[in-house]
Amino acid sequence: MDAVLLARIQFAITVGFHFIFPPITIGLSWLLVAMEWQGWRRNDETWARMGAFFGKLLALTFAVGVATGVVMEFQFGTNWAEYSKYVGDIFGAPLAAEGVLAFFLESGFLGLYLFGRGRISRGAHWFSSLMVAVGATISAFWIIVANSWQQTPAGFVVRNGRAELTSFAAAVFNPSTLPRYFHTVDAALVTGAFVVAGVAAWLLLRAREEALAQRALQLAVVVGLLASLAEIFPFGHFHAQQVARTQPEKFAAIEGLYASQTSAPIALFALPFTKPPQLKAAVEIPGLLSWMAFGDVNAPVKGIDEFPPENVPPLWLTFVSFHNMVVLGVYFVLAMGWGVILLVRGKLWERRRYLKLLVWSIPLPVAACELGWTAAEVGRQPWIVYGLLRTSDAASRTVPAGNILATIVLFSALYLALGALWLVLMVREVEHGPRPAQA
Amino acid sequence: MDLNTVWFALVGVLLTGYAILDGFDLGVGVLHLFARDEAERRIHLNAIGPVWDGNEVWLLTGGGALFAAFPVVYATVFSGFYLALMLVLVALILRAVSFEFRGKMASPAWRRTWDWAFGLSSLVATLVFGVAVGNLLRGLPFDADGNLAIGLFGLLNPYALLVGLLGVAMFLMHGATYLTLKTEGALRDRMAKLAGDLWVAYVVMFVLATLGTFVAARWVFRGPGPTVPTLACAVLLLGAEFVLPLALRDRRYGRAFLASCVAIAAQIGLAAAALYPRLVPARPDLARSLTIYNASSSPRTLTTMLVIALVGMPLVIAYTAVIYRVFRGKTVLGEHSY
Repeated sequence: MDAVLLARIQFAITVGFHFIFPPITIGLSWLLVAMEWQGWRRNDETWARMGAFFGKLLALTFAVGVATGVVMEFQFGTNWAEYSKYVGDIFGAPLAAEGVLAFFLESGFLGLYLFGRGRISRGAHWFSSLMVAVGATISAFWIIVANSWQQTPAGFVVRNGRAELTSFAAAVFNPSTLPRYFHTVDAALVTGAFVVAGVAAWLLLRAREEALAQRALQLAVVVGLLASLAEIFPFGHFHAQQVARTQPEKFAAIEGLYASQTSAPIALFALPFTKPPQLKAAVEIPGLLSWMAFGDVNAPVKGIDEFPPENVPPLWLTFVSFHNMVVLGVYFVLAMGWGVILLVRGKLWERRRYLKLLVWSIPLPVAACELGWTAAEVGRQPWIVYGLLRTSDAASRTVPAGNILATIVLFSALYLALGALWLVLMVREVEHGPRPAQA
Repeated sequence: MDLNTVWFALVGVLLTGYAILDGFDLGVGVLHLFARDEAERRIHLNAIGPVWDGNEVWLLTGGGALFAAFPVVYATVFSGFYLALMLVLVALILRAVSFEFRGKMASPAWRRTWDWAFGLSSLVATLVFGVAVGNLLRGLPFDADGNLAIGLFGLLNPYALLVGLLGVAMFLMHGATYLTLKTEGALRDRMAKLAGDLWVAYVVMFVLATLGTFVAARWVFRGPGPTVPTLACAVLLLGAEFVLPLALRDRRYGRAFLASCVAIAAQIGLAAAALYPRLVPARPDLARSLTIYNASSSPRTLTTMLVIALVGMPLVIAYTAVIYRVFRGKTVLGEHSY
């Protein structure tokens, strides 16, 4: 197999595995801030025990996230040396900024939060949980900046055989940074809400720690509904509009629009085929895509046939990942909306079917994150930096394919083991339950 | 001082910060294998528990800073050292998770497994860092396009291994000295004795590695003669090496740990002063080296990043200091311990 393809596979495995964990930690950390706030301000032991309980889940997830994140930091150099040389003047900065401005904060205060209980005042303890959440959220910002610059590069000029920075502000706030940032961080909130809701539902189903679990569930369904509504509108909507404007090839691919047309329809359901590209069994709403993308039901939308074949991203994977993400996004609104209705009617605690549904829904937001990431990154192909550098020109020239293959095998085995252990330990931690209340 | 030199110094500071901070927890990671019972072992682990995560961020940030300031070095060295770096990454992953996983089950076999994973991965990471420094000082064989391709075994030459062992001795000494601050009674006395013995090993390795440098990296000693930074680092290094055993003898453990920190910083400073203005010396032709000028980012990027560093790093140092202050004193096992 050729080295570029192997390098891509390696990258997909390492990011794909890593990206399981950050949405959980970012979302969970904000819910933790709310729990610890209640515990501190109301001097309420139930909230405080809830914080400590979910804090343990956060610590375990954070550790795996950090461990796999280190690989990301170095992989641009090991596998994508030509890329790193060509865009290093711009791309390295957000990674360094992430370390200086965010990651120190997050990991330093996580230590203080986990081990500081009893050593520092309760206010300071709450503050450290806040700093963990703030650090995680700033960290996401710089990573999204780096990735968005690959999608919609700005603030640079090609000079001395490489891309050189001309405006840091323009590079940081490139056209896709903010739409993608809000969309991603809000997705993390949805993820965190489903983790808390699922765990609380599990405790309720076993009639354990009911007072604690009820409050946690209440918090999670309310946050979950707000976050999953916002994920569709405004965040998802504006992100899609931005893609339509700035990356028309990607937009056509994810929407399955293979021929340019006015009054372009949205495919609610379809089976995509690639040779030739077409949708079969499609259920479509005419004009809706034109309206959603450009605010006019008659607006022309560019289809795949508009672009030279060498610039077209893979069609099947982008369509399937994007559409399944959207389906899950709608499901999150319905699931959390149902929860809020039950809550208002005072029936949330006894609907066992609904509680079971929540338990089984825990992994779904993570799946949605992975699907969204797949649509975004595969949709960017064949470019590593859209319009500037092709993925095929970006890989390291000195790393033999055999070495990459060997490390793919090694890391896959390691990740499978880690993923399985993480899951087992998370389940055990939940089964173990919150620390009992002091008599 | 020009911008490129400032960034040479800043990357140096980040990597020195990493060596001093993660240095002791790598050392403790190896030493905990020799703990006599479970309680002792948990004291070892909890002595570094609240801080090891933050310590590792220094490496991540150092890597990020290297990428931002000297992207050609980041790209060339990391792709050239592909397998060695992957080995380090596996070690760092295992280290991070074994710390978190070990305490989650009570079974002795489970704990033994993660103990070994933690100890060995700490050892491998320490050794490879030293081996990397040795290879750097020895010079690296660039091809005509300025690329590097060195297999894992190409890195394992005798000189680099010697520097690797020096690194192991140094971090073990550093870890044992740190433990004298965190332990009490008989365990502390044992750690103090161990730190003294490791000091002997470190000094022996230091002399051997210096002699090795004469043979394998002669270029280090050529040049216009010793500069002020070289002399300052040499004086600090010798002073710290002298003070450390005396402080241990006098039971002045804080001073001993400080001496160990200074020794590490001065040792890295010496290597950096020898390299400057090169970042990666080329062999056999030194003229092909990657320097802070031919491998750097544009002045605009270096300036922007300098502003970020000047705003961010004082904050980082301030709250890191606060966190260390909160966790100062002896390690006591409690409900929230690992």
